[in-house]
Amino acid sequence: MKTTITVNGEARALDLDTRVTLLDALREHLGLKGSKKGCDHGQCGACTVLVNGVRINACLSLAVMHDGDEVTTIEGIGTEAALHPLQQAFLTQDAFQCGYCTPGQICSAVGMLQEAAQNWPSQATEDLTAAIALTDAEIRERMSGNICRCSAYPQILAAIRDVAGEPA
Amino acid sequence: MKAFTYERATDVTAAVKAVAETPNARFLAGGTNLLDLMKLEIETPAHLVDVGRLPLSAIEATADGGLRIGAMATNSQVAADATARARYPVLVEAIVSGGSAQLRNKATVGGNLLQRTRCAYFYDTAKPCNKRQPGSGCSAIGGLNRNAAIFGASDACIATHPSDMAVALTALGAQVETLKADGSSRMLAVADLHRLPGVTPQVETELSPGELITAVVVPAPPQGGQIYRKARDRASYAGGLASVAVAGGQVALGAVAHKPWTAAQAQAALAGGASHAEAAKAELAGAQDQGRNAFKIALVGRLMAAALDEAKQGRGA
Ligand SMILES: Cc1cc2nc3c(=O)[nH]c(=O)nc-3n(C[C@H](O)[C@H](O)[C@H](O)COP(=O)(O)OP(=O)(O)OC[C@H]3O[C@@H](n4cnc5c(N)ncnc54)[C@H](O)[C@@H]3O)c2cc1C
Ligand code: SF4
Ligand code: FES
Ligand code: FES
Repeated sequence: MKTTITVNGEARALDLDTRVTLLDALREHLGLKGSKKGCDHGQCGACTVLVNGVRINACLSLAVMHDGDEVTTIEGIGTEAALHPLQQAFLTQDAFQCGYCTPGQICSAVGMLQEAAQNWPSQATEDLTAAIALTDAEIRERMSGNICRCSAYPQILAAIRDVAGEPA
Repeated sequence: MKAFTYERATDVTAAVKAVAETPNARFLAGGTNLLDLMKLEIETPAHLVDVGRLPLSAIEATADGGLRIGAMATNSQVAADATARARYPVLVEAIVSGGSAQLRNKATVGGNLLQRTRCAYFYDTAKPCNKRQPGSGCSAIGGLNRNAAIFGASDACIATHPSDMAVALTALGAQVETLKADGSSRMLAVADLHRLPGVTPQVETELSPGELITAVVVPAPPQGGQIYRKARDRASYAGGLASVAVAGGQVALGAVAHKPWTAAQAQAALAGGASHAEAAKAELAGAQDQGRNAFKIALVGRLMAAALDEAKQGRGA
């Protein structure tokens, strides 16, 4: 089935079996191996990408569902010469060990910071009608969809905290 | 995954018609439950009608002080809605307690209501399961049934419905609005949407084949506090072992039955002036455990009493 998806700013025309997930389209058909397959069932977050600016699990979506969408993967977030602030913060804070979850963590954190900026609530939000303050509890809760098998959580939190700034 | 054909619906009437007229066709919304089950070949539709981009995602106030939520609104959009946050905190709390942010960004209101059980044997295609394969038996009875129902189970199935959002909607007395293939539309209470398993656990809702949920309509909030409390194995990104939604004097329980469970006995006891602990006890008089899930009875008792206490202290009032 013919599908055109804009990936990291470039329109990519694909002709795919309907069964191909967005994750497999990115990895196997477009050669973008940054997004990782951990569980393939929405349980780990390694496949997190941004679709029209919103983070989702690419493993639980079909590529054909994304005709006309704008997808951003880790390859579209910063370059080696000019790292995204979150990429730099992950390096500075040593926020990974094996690195398998890292592309998903960083894409997720990009989406998470936008959600918080738009004042979306989370389970850690005490007052649903007040402005969101990104406390450590808020960051942890909002990042709970990204599992790290190496358990680099304290450093991941520190890296995101560096970019988010101290809560008001 | 079995092969299937795919079409994107651009019109609500045409979408309903397409599912009605194509053999073994299904609606596809966010896909976070259906695709998961299709990968395991537990669901094997031959045709998918993608309803995700239908213009059914508006969230609007109703004339009588309620809220109408389009079925394609994502769970995140509902949780972020200013009216929902100010007037229906129990609903927002229930939604943000479910899944992860990534899942909530994709999951729709309609899909969330119609998600299927998380019973481990339903997912294990090597094991008998009456819901997956009618007549094959229930592996959970006498098996690993830690998360099984304590209310309304049958000899055929003891599974629970896993939605958090549906529990809050039940306590709020919400209704679903649907569209059938013959063009007729109807309203159905969320509390009456799902069925108890009986002898046909594969039939999970009162919807007819091809009936599309177009919206959820929540009445004006009842007097009194609201709260959602969920107990689970880890602090986040885990399904519930039991949950309680309180909206004024209305109480519903999650992860304890084949449907969101209206705690009618507790409500009656509360209306008669019973204490919160007594109300919980009245409800649990009708509970029956399956062995490994016996802990749920004590858990629900404490959770319900605590939620009622907290709601009374004015949360969300
Ligand atoms: C790892 C993981 C953890 C989760 N944890 C939780 C949790 O803690 N709490 C919780 O509540 N949920 C949880 N979920 C479930 C999640 O909330 C559901 O998968 C989601 O809400 C389904 O919505 P969807 O739009 O993706 O539905 P889909 O997968 O697209 O559809 C689900 C079903 O509904 C039908 N359908 C969809 N929309 C309509 C409609 N408008 N009318 C008629 N039929 C329709 C489809 O045909 C399909 O049968 C979890 C899921 C995963 C993968
Ligand atoms: S409880 Fe229901 S879903 Fe689970 S194995 Fe038994 S029949 Fe299947
Ligand atoms: S690979 Fe998608 S959530 Fe694990
Ligand atoms: S760094 Fe190894 S899984 Fe996170």
